[in-house]
Amino acid sequence: MKVKASARNGSVVVKTLLAHPMETGRRKDGDGKLIPGHYITEVEANHNGERVFHCELGPSVSKDPYLAFSFQGGNSGETFTMSWVDNKGENESTEVEIR
Amino acid sequence: MNQSRRQFMTRVGKSVAFLVAVVNLPRVVWANWSASAFGATDLDTAIVERYGNLAIADSDAIQLKAPSIAEHGAVVPISIATTLAAKSISVFVEKNPSPLSCSFNIQPKMNTDVSVRIRMGATSNLIVLVEADGKLYRTSQEVKVTIGGCGG
Repeated sequence: MKVKASARNGSVVVKTLLAHPMETGRRKDGDGKLIPGHYITEVEANHNGERVFHCELGPSVSKDPYLAFSFQGGNSGETFTMSWVDNKGENESTEVEIR
Repeated sequence: MNQSRRQFMTRVGKSVAFLVAVVNLPRVVWANWSASAFGATDLDTAIVERYGNLAIADSDAIQLKAPSIAEHGAVVPISIATTLAAKSISVFVEKNPSPLSCSFNIQPKMNTDVSVRIRMGATSNLIVLVEADGKLYRTSQEVKVTIGGCGG
């Protein structure tokens, strides 16, 4: 997962690109069989033990989801955690340094 | 005969238990995904499943930035900002097979300014609902799609 975060005017501006196929469950493979749905369902960010971002996604979010948001507080040099989970229970979490 | 039937039923039972466990896994861990709203296949049902029967009013206090023409429906960039005291922001695509695309749950320190890229299967209205003060505020825009992006 790629995350860029920069402190600006008292807020932390976050842009993130999550590598994920986001299969809708409607596409068919070469043999005409449906490819099962496989998509991120939730994304969140936590800073100093407080949740500062939470989003629920459906399969109609583009492949390799791009999300941008901002939260108050947080200074350059501090870190926060970005995490996602998908409909198969796979998940990823990463520590991000604020620039 | 009875024995094989019993074995068969045991296997069915185990498979069902396994499926239930797998399907429920993400919700056990995170417990927040609005499954019934994301599964709804028409706009009105999706809204009711997500928000119940809250009153909806059009609002100028929501800024929705989206292209008027999207060449490829697979990637439609949108940005939403509002001055309302939002509790959540949800994005619906009226003509998608499942209209609810994504839903942002605004946290105390989160600003009400978000961007995301979504898929649109065909030319459709894009509807943004902001939940604030126990009501729903709406803005919408038509996005023309040249090539649909939902596969199939």
